[in-house]
Amino acid sequence: MRRYSAFAIAREALRYHTGWERAWRSPEPKKRYRVIVIGAGGHGLATAYYLGKNYGIRDIAVLEKGWLGGGNTGRNTTIIRSNYLQDPSAAIYEKSRSLYETFSQDLNYNAMFSPRGVMMLAQTHHEIRGYQRTAHANVLQGVQTEFISPERVKEIVPIINIEGPRYPVLGALWQPRAGSARHDAIAWGYARACSAMGMDIIQKCEVTGVRSEGGTVTGVSTSKGEIDCDKLAIVVAGHSGQLAGMAGFRLPIESVALQALVSEPIKPCMDCVVMANTVHGYMSQSDKGEMVIGGGADGYNNYTQRGSFHHIEETVRALVETFPMISRLKMMRMWGGIVDMTGDRSPIISKTPLGNTFINCGWGTGGFKSIPGSGWAMAELVAKGEPGPLAAEFGLDRFKEGRFIDESVAAGVAH
Amino acid sequence: MLILQCPYCGIKCDETELAPGGEAHLKRYGPGSTDEEFEAYLFERKNPLGVHFERWRHANGCGKWFLAARSTTTLEVFGTYKAQTTEPPAEIVAAIKAKLPDWEGRQ
Repeated sequence: MRRYSAFAIAREALRYHTGWERAWRSPEPKKRYRVIVIGAGGHGLATAYYLGKNYGIRDIAVLEKGWLGGGNTGRNTTIIRSNYLQDPSAAIYEKSRSLYETFSQDLNYNAMFSPRGVMMLAQTHHEIRGYQRTAHANVLQGVQTEFISPERVKEIVPIINIEGPRYPVLGALWQPRAGSARHDAIAWGYARACSAMGMDIIQKCEVTGVRSEGGTVTGVSTSKGEIDCDKLAIVVAGHSGQLAGMAGFRLPIESVALQALVSEPIKPCMDCVVMANTVHGYMSQSDKGEMVIGGGADGYNNYTQRGSFHHIEETVRALVETFPMISRLKMMRMWGGIVDMTGDRSPIISKTPLGNTFINCGWGTGGFKSIPGSGWAMAELVAKGEPGPLAAEFGLDRFKEGRFIDESVAAGVAH
Repeated sequence: MLILQCPYCGIKCDETELAPGGEAHLKRYGPGSTDEEFEAYLFERKNPLGVHFERWRHANGCGKWFLAARSTTTLEVFGTYKAQTTEPPAEIVAAIKAKLPDWEGRQ
């Protein structure tokens, strides 16, 4: 792998850019791998990357039904934060945020991580108490957040209307080191690094069956033939239920649509991310100037990657009161992704009933921000066969034992 | 936008009038059941890629719970029926089979 650098740009400028190589190889699958990772989204690629980097396991295939990073990795609103109430959530999301900070240097790929700050508005008295509690919990967890006044909110985001008749801004939970990153670059950066370590990323290769003998997986059947493996990692978000069905177990997961939309580009007007959980809306401004708006998830099972109009209306109606200046913006695009929701709205990084198979799913509406931390914890689980400290609390057994990590109470919908 | 006909009041309502209630025909387990049965009842869902039987409430209307058969891949609605059933009625199954001959039935 040739390194990207300012020198490389100068060198290529002098020879008409003929020296750039492909960022990753597209090989045909081998007959056997030590580890097969199903799903080449952010989480799957991060799992493969940290298996190689932290544990020296490089005989890995990452199988992808569509194209690399074409699922929820390319369909989110790129918000990165770690201001969670529960200790296990704060630990893994903070690990993730800290890995995002060094992503570009670590992988030699510009992720455009921008620690611009994330502000979660408190618009009811209940939310004030909730966010103050989160701020106190974050102090104990070592996550830097603070509860700020409406005046401070107005100072940080001048375009906000803090005196709305229905949704006045009563304060906010402010995490200055949170922010956003370029979502495609995360998938592409991991893919390039994995390929450079000798891993095979195989796109347009749909897994159609999981073969097992005596409680142990021996390989998978795919649209490109049979592939054997010693260990299997399932990292497929919305379609986890189908893969689990092939492997012969069930999951506490329901797949629903979550949608987002962007406006026409305008001049810079807001340099942080604002989330308003009471009204299920959040907004930030992309580097191109578009206002990126995310809404709430639909309440019914759906695999169509499109959401409902009335959710858009609800989200935009509420945001227009909080940000009056967006009322005349034209919306350019809307899209939906299929998110995998668990009963307690926290993820699953777990062993399965099959001895050498592991699953990472259930990130629901909080998948993008967790990519590096999730890959880090999943790699440890796959390499050692037992979860490390980051993943220990996220096992499937928590549903039987009633040991929930109940972020749905703490975070509401925008999670 | 989803449009479902309430089988009680007969109104064809769009989804803003309705509240979704998750998978239908769950077998309830309570005291005396095993941990596995109770866990499955509370959390495990079929979450099918295709025909889904589900509960809805006509929240901004007559207020009653009813059931619907709907495809999760096309959002097509095959029919709605009253909630006082333990499995989908024959005419709903026939309507699904007419549209999807390969459908393997409720798993």
